[in-house]
Amino acid sequence: MPVIKTQDKIKTLLPGALLKVYCTDPGVEADIPAWCRINGHKVLHIEKQALEICLTIEVGNQ
Amino acid sequence: MTNQRKAVSLISGGLDSMLATRAIQDQGIHVEGINFYTGFCVEGHTHAIRRKDKDKQKRNNALWVAEQLGIKLHIIDVIEEYKDVLINPKHGYGQNLNPCLDCKIFMVNKAQAWAWMEENKFDFIITGEVIGQRPKSQRKATMPIIARESGADERLLRPLCAKNLPPTLPELEGWVDREKLYGFSGRNRKPQMELAAKFGFTEYSQPAGGCCFLTDQNYSDKLSDLWRARGSQNYDLDDIMLLKVGRHLRPKPHFKIIVSREEGENNYLSGYKNEYTSLTTVSHNGPIALLDGDLTTDSAQQDIELAARIVARFSQGRDAAEVRVQVRQKDGSATEMTVPPLPSESITPAWYI
Repeated sequence: MPVIKTQDKIKTLLPGALLKVYCTDPGVEADIPAWCRINGHKVLHIEKQALEICLTIEVGNQ
Repeated sequence: MTNQRKAVSLISGGLDSMLATRAIQDQGIHVEGINFYTGFCVEGHTHAIRRKDKDKQKRNNALWVAEQLGIKLHIIDVIEEYKDVLINPKHGYGQNLNPCLDCKIFMVNKAQAWAWMEENKFDFIITGEVIGQRPKSQRKATMPIIARESGADERLLRPLCAKNLPPTLPELEGWVDREKLYGFSGRNRKPQMELAAKFGFTEYSQPAGGCCFLTDQNYSDKLSDLWRARGSQNYDLDDIMLLKVGRHLRPKPHFKIIVSREEGENNYLSGYKNEYTSLTTVSHNGPIALLDGDLTTDSAQQDIELAARIVARFSQGRDAAEVRVQVRQKDGSATEMTVPPLPSESITPAWYI
């Protein structure tokens, strides 16, 4: 689900925009970067605090 | 100038959809992947939760396959629409609550609706189906049913078994060369593994594994129990996610208790504290438990005490004379009670769902 929500939000953003995604699903550490790689977006930073994971994504060309 | 033809491939994350896609890419077709999230997917979910699985690879295999193939993947949330497929399958269920044929029809229908949209303009759909591979949906008799009832008709191509089926539009139009497609059939996985080696794929998802919880008897039993207890087959995403986690016991017809089994599940179930009455042991290390059902009956206090004794039983205080348990309501208010753990022989097998 976090991947789908990220995907759907990024569709509304312009190239160059930055998106912060906050999740507690441990699977996102692999899934969101994988989704970004195949769809041309860049994960700039991944931060973990307790059970929360925050990914900062730079939107690529869509 | 010839327009490059475009195909959308249903990517489950398994080997067959990976091979089918590569077979068509190799014929110069532009392929993008599509994956439908029903809420019942097996891949990665429990591995991401359970601490005992922390060293197992946590990945969404559909995403991984798309990356290996170098294709875009569009993931579509179909949780709401899928309810009708699950609750009213025209073609019935498989061995458990798996409506595989209706599910495949649904997914191909959704794929073709997406593919033909003006902004997408794909020419045909591909799947990794192989005749005889699955007992419910992948049979020679069901292949034309899927094509017809999904609306994809002759624009649905199965590259791995195309030579065992009538030619489709992409083949007749010369968009793909039928001679370069395959005629796999049956449950033998060797042809697929040989093709994977030929394509240079050294790693792939477990070929024979199911990807859907609905094929699992234990899961299906829990889902049936949920429907029976509620008197309705409606569900939401949290319902079907919780069925994948913890021990589920129904000590009384009107409520059940979900007890975490280890730290990962503790963390997961903790996320539901504002949706359910929850219990945690205070005097000893132990699980978190959620109560799902009617806690407003005349026996509510006895029910909660019974639940507390069950939680105590599963805690490190199981052999103690008494265990202190916190009962937290959805609104955050909490009380504590001291209870003797329920003896193990009192937790009857019939309680387990």
